[in-house]
Amino acid sequence: MISERLTGILLDSFGKILLPGIKVTIPLTVISFSLAMVIAVFMALVQFADVKVLKQLARFYIWVFRGTPLLVQLYVIFYGLPGVGIVLDPFPSAVIVFSLNEGAYGAEIIRAALESVPKGQMEAGYCVGMSYLQIMRRIVLPQALRTAFPSLSNSLIAMVKDTSLAANITVTEMFMATQRIVARTYEPLALYMEVGLIYLIFSTVLTKLQQVGERKLSFYLSDQ
Amino acid sequence: MLEIRNIRKNFGKLEVLKGITFHVEKGDVTAILGSSGSGKTTLLRCINFLETADEGTMVFDGETFDMSRMSRRDMSRVRKKTAFVFQNFNLFLNKTALDNVTEGLIVARKMGKEEAREIGRRALDKVGLSDRYGHYPHQLSGGQQQRVAIARALAADPEIIFFDEPTSALDPELIGEVLEVMRELAREGMTMLVVTHEMNFARNVSNRVIFMEHGRIVEEGGAGEFFERPKMERTREFLRGHQHEYF
Repeated sequence: MISERLTGILLDSFGKILLPGIKVTIPLTVISFSLAMVIAVFMALVQFADVKVLKQLARFYIWVFRGTPLLVQLYVIFYGLPGVGIVLDPFPSAVIVFSLNEGAYGAEIIRAALESVPKGQMEAGYCVGMSYLQIMRRIVLPQALRTAFPSLSNSLIAMVKDTSLAANITVTEMFMATQRIVARTYEPLALYMEVGLIYLIFSTVLTKLQQVGERKLSFYLSDQ
Repeated sequence: MLEIRNIRKNFGKLEVLKGITFHVEKGDVTAILGSSGSGKTTLLRCINFLETADEGTMVFDGETFDMSRMSRRDMSRVRKKTAFVFQNFNLFLNKTALDNVTEGLIVARKMGKEEAREIGRRALDKVGLSDRYGHYPHQLSGGQQQRVAIARALAADPEIIFFDEPTSALDPELIGEVLEVMRELAREGMTMLVVTHEMNFARNVSNRVIFMEHGRIVEEGGAGEFFERPKMERTREFLRGHQHEYF
């Protein structure tokens, strides 16, 4: 049975958890994911186009950021770098780590999508006199993004949840806010379930948006 | 108008083209025949630089090019005066039929949108697709897709169109509509170089035939002569094998 006291705590805390969600979790996700996409497209293109040196650098970057835990990366940037004189605030530290980490995964998703576009698309572009960059921008990338979209949406949803790790480097996002209320009220089960529910709502909204986006991007594949 | 001298191409140790020389005059419809693996598709792809020849000279429009060392600029310049029709159509999948035709005009040739669309509509009308401007490749049959590809080639107002087995990927009942469009182009005097297995087309539409085997030209000449009085034993054998396909 839920006591009156617990009900009061849950109602009172809902806003206190949601507010840092809106003010920190969402901006952290949006900024990090946008930067990650820029990094990912660039890293995918230098590999796809086989640009010397840059390709090696891209492989190295992806190897490091896919091969180490996100939490370790957060600690190195926030707690480690001050040791060599580089001190960053919690929020920018989190943005740097999340965008670099997601950039590495996104690069692999986009590279695979680029490779899935039939070679003939490129050849046809050359034959009508278009340049490599024109073909990439107008023909190959739009088709690759359609292929990559579901996987990238998954990554975005994963990132919303992963931002809770930023609590470890003192970013006051939703999870950190919840921990503080738990410390005060001693109701861990109810409150952690409450914050879980809010993450679930965020993810559900994104899943719906994903469906709309997929439909829009698939315009050229519909039968009508 | 187009002259190819001593073109050679290896894939690793495999010699695919062993020194091929021929020329095409304005208005010629030249059919390149030969069994699979004879190198005819590779020849066509080298002529449009989709493959880089190891050796060879091209004379096109009075200019001479070393085919093994083409600059990007020269490639693009030659390509803007030619057009290529692929076996698998290779229409831009994310573009409508009309956009497929206008894309090269607007993006590569910097033509105004309205002018390009006018040319595009006329090209699609010509191949009998006036009711398919807004359709995506995915919504068209193979024969319709190939006709869009021919419209795309025509819109560029090319001096010569290369066809790489344009009917080989089509269901038998769709081959006719594509050949009919090509026959019409031939009647209008379009210069065409056609790699094909369609013996009827080679005999009745083209005026010249090149017969290739193992990376070499075995025999070439006027279409009538080639079919009526082939000189080489190998040609006679090839024609006997395909006799039931043409009349």
